Amino acid sequence: METGYLRELRQSFSSGRTRDAAWRKSQLRAILRLLDENENQIFQALQRDLGKHPIEVYRDEIGVVKKSVTYALSCIDKWMAPKKNQLPLLFFPSRAEVRPEPLGIILIFVSWNFPITLALDPLVGAISAGNTVVIKPSELSPETSAFLARTIPAYLDRKAIKVIEGGTDIAENLLQQKWDKIFFTGSARVARIVMAAAVTHLTPVTLELGGKCPAIVDSLSATLDLKVAAKRLAAGKWGACCGQACIAIDYILVEQKFSSALIELLKKSVKRFYGENVKNLKNLSTIVNKHHFNRLRNLMEDPAVAASIVYGGEVDEENMIIQPTILLDPPLDAEIMQEEIFGPLLPIITLDNIKDSIEFINSRPKPLALYAFTKDDAFKKQIVAETSSGSLTFNDTVIQFVCDDLPFGGVGLSGFGRYHGKYSFDAFSHEKAVLHRSFYLELEARHPPWNDFKLRFLRFAYMFDYWGLILLYMGLKR
Amino acid sequence: MRSAYINKEREIEIEKEIEREKEKETEREMDNDSKFDGESARVMMKELRETYSTGKTKSYEWRICQLNNLLKIAEFHEPEILQALHSDISKPEFESFVHEIWLIKTSCKLAIKELKRWMKPEKVGTTLVTFPSSAEIVAEPFGVVLIISAWNYPFLLSLDPVIGAIAAGNTVVLKPSEVSPATSSLLAKYIGEYMDSSAVKVVEGAIPETSVLLEQKWDKILYTGNSKVGRIVLAAAAKHLTPVVLELGGKSPIIVDSDIDLKIAARRIISGKWGCNNGQACISPDYIITTKDFAPKLVDSLKLQLLKFYGEEPLKSDDLSRVVNSNHFNRLIKLLDDDKVSGKIVHGGQRDIVNLKIAPAILLDVPEDSLIMNEEIFGPLLAIVTVDRLEESFNIINSRPKPLAAYLFTNNKKLKEKFVGDVSAGGLLINDTTLHLTVPTLPFGGVGESGMGGYHGKFSFDTFSHKKAVMYRSYLGDASERYPPYTTRKLRFLKAVMNGSFLDIFRAILGWP
Repeated sequence: METGYLRELRQSFSSGRTRDAAWRKSQLRAILRLLDENENQIFQALQRDLGKHPIEVYRDEIGVVKKSVTYALSCIDKWMAPKKNQLPLLFFPSRAEVRPEPLGIILIFVSWNFPITLALDPLVGAISAGNTVVIKPSELSPETSAFLARTIPAYLDRKAIKVIEGGTDIAENLLQQKWDKIFFTGSARVARIVMAAAVTHLTPVTLELGGKCPAIVDSLSATLDLKVAAKRLAAGKWGACCGQACIAIDYILVEQKFSSALIELLKKSVKRFYGENVKNLKNLSTIVNKHHFNRLRNLMEDPAVAASIVYGGEVDEENMIIQPTILLDPPLDAEIMQEEIFGPLLPIITLDNIKDSIEFINSRPKPLALYAFTKDDAFKKQIVAETSSGSLTFNDTVIQFVCDDLPFGGVGLSGFGRYHGKYSFDAFSHEKAVLHRSFYLELEARHPPWNDFKLRFLRFAYMFDYWGLILLYMGLKR
Repeated sequence: MRSAYINKEREIEIEKEIEREKEKETEREMDNDSKFDGESARVMMKELRETYSTGKTKSYEWRICQLNNLLKIAEFHEPEILQALHSDISKPEFESFVHEIWLIKTSCKLAIKELKRWMKPEKVGTTLVTFPSSAEIVAEPFGVVLIISAWNYPFLLSLDPVIGAIAAGNTVVLKPSEVSPATSSLLAKYIGEYMDSSAVKVVEGAIPETSVLLEQKWDKILYTGNSKVGRIVLAAAAKHLTPVVLELGGKSPIIVDSDIDLKIAARRIISGKWGCNNGQACISPDYIITTKDFAPKLVDSLKLQLLKFYGEEPLKSDDLSRVVNSNHFNRLIKLLDDDKVSGKIVHGGQRDIVNLKIAPAILLDVPEDSLIMNEEIFGPLLAIVTVDRLEESFNIINSRPKPLAAYLFTNNKKLKEKFVGDVSAGGLLINDTTLHLTVPTLPFGGVGESGMGGYHGKFSFDTFSHKKAVMYRSYLGDASERYPPYTTRKLRFLKAVMNGSFLDIFRAILGWP
């Protein structure tokens, strides 16, 4: 593959047009038009790729990106403006500011599970910040990949924003080029490859990875609370791409004495939301491909794991469907409790005391999201202070994703860097420090040759002891 | 106040110490049983992780106590620090006071003063989509961080990041540069004495020790140095997906216009170049771009001011650092002796091999393909490139890797605007040099080849913190529209909420078209 496309992108960038506020806004509006005018095509593509229901598609993909674009359009002038900074009096007369500037050419690697959101949401940030972009959609969501390759050049500036489709070999080739930033959403395994490739050109990266996102469920007494909690837990596990989401609940931690009540409530929610018979399930995405289907089926095949299934476990291989499955206390050393599940299997781990959940979570890699259902304020404070995760949400699931004022990103093995809202703009900007000085009021004490007076001057100056400086000048201070 | 200058006898003593240190270093390298090996690293990491998991480093009290102790090192041991810096690089005392000790004191005092505020969670707004809810961003430490420091400002570049790491509540390992062995030992000694040794450690050594450190799993690494080793650090970090801050360097250019106060400009250029460790600083002006017409005037002014600063025999001046070691000395001589720049040296360049000193040198009209224009000089040589029109300077700068700093001397408003808009560098400074490093409200870091990430002031606290998003929801106001079974009505409601339209929400609830 030649690097003609890179040459074109560099030319577009050096022409300066992507820095123009007008260009950025026009591209953002074009994304809105793209989504509005192709809603049905998007529904179709995601139905074919992942069996997603249109409501899921709107809620998790189209609606999310539209919200991000609208927010960016309303804030972009503010974001682009240089930020004036305060200076100590000693620097008078001077002016300091931080000026955001685009990094240049951005490479965005998209994951297959939210192939519209994870392509266009970072794109919104990259465009807002004034960059040129290459989007590499996942080959595991081929319909959506083709859709993006078709429509993006039709709506956006094709010399500045490109879509390059393909598999591993294309990705490897892309990684050999020189990028000014790489934004990667995917697994930790591939992230290591991406980061290692970024070393050659010292390219900064943002890695949006995953992990086993736990949900702590405290014993709730009020019936209404229980019902709502169960619905939110079910939605947080199976509602977004059938558990194939980086912030889907991976497993639940609950006190032993409350576990059966919880399981009953979850079963009710599952039956109501999705149906009972594996051949007749509704509102549930399919498993993306054979490889993941087999992977998930294998997780259940471990005899000790199979024995812990208390609901579900049925699969429909022809239609790539796995029934929402609940497991009670599978062995902690089984694979299902060691690797990120990324599917519709929900282990419930019981503890003697819900407070033990903190130690349980802390003995494992830091997750992208942590959920806690509790009304105990002291326990909430403890969870905030003593656990670490990309994000922490109390009494709900997944919804933190749509709050534009909250940074979205991981920590530890769940990744680094962040985006959403202004953080998207920042992720693709270099914050350049600028100090303006004038020729007036030169402080001779700065320059050699050094002597005692100059040293004393600098002592006072560094303590911002202006009074001391005045006295020194007047000869009244030694 | 103590005497300003170290006497000659002491100088000879120090030189002998340097020689002895060099011999010991060679012995250490030849000795296959490295004192700090894989096993020592594992034991150390285990201790640090255990300390971190007790939660003590997260407490405000611990952080303040450590910061105060760090401040004591700078306050109570000035003579020893000056001695070490003089031994390592013959740094003039005044530079040591101003650029190292006082910058650390200021940085420490700022952290102590602001820490409570920095640690407070930041409340953020929430929108209709997540109503009702409240949210905040909570700063938490990463855990165990590694700071690899450089030899040119060995005190500053070691402790400034440590201040940030501790303020953010982390445990820290500091690896000072072996090329500044006296400061490295000093840091090991005083950090051991003053700081909580279960949480803040110094590992001394060279390549073997650094390699062992890089094999460990860190929660964050901050590296100051050159881009070659920066790549090695980044590659090691990739294995554990460790986030990294790289403070590198580059060729920091100065564009000099003709319509300026030449005397002040010359003095500021000299201070920024030779007054900062004799050009061995990451933000030292590396080369000048000016017009062919103006160059002779600029050179004359620089020569005049250099004479005032350093006298007739700059090789004998105590106000200039020496070149740090013979490797760099030979490297710089090669730049001066390059065929392509023969005849271009218009001032200085005298050398003293014994004392590793090179007199401030100016080279005029250097070709762009000369050695000196193709590596970061990092020494007392200042190259001047001339152009017909000053506007050409932007192309020259933009065709090269992005530097850590870029400078412009001018009174022309349009030129200033073009400079700020078009030149990409870590930081820009107009009508002065290097000062922006001392402004705590400005982030200090590079872009492209000059690095990634930044620190100083609150940016230090931020760089060593994970900003965790925390959202609080209640059980009230649960919209059934979120859940299956999915219907057209739910889709309409969803669209209305996500588009933020109250009218549409109203209509959707009532079932109106």
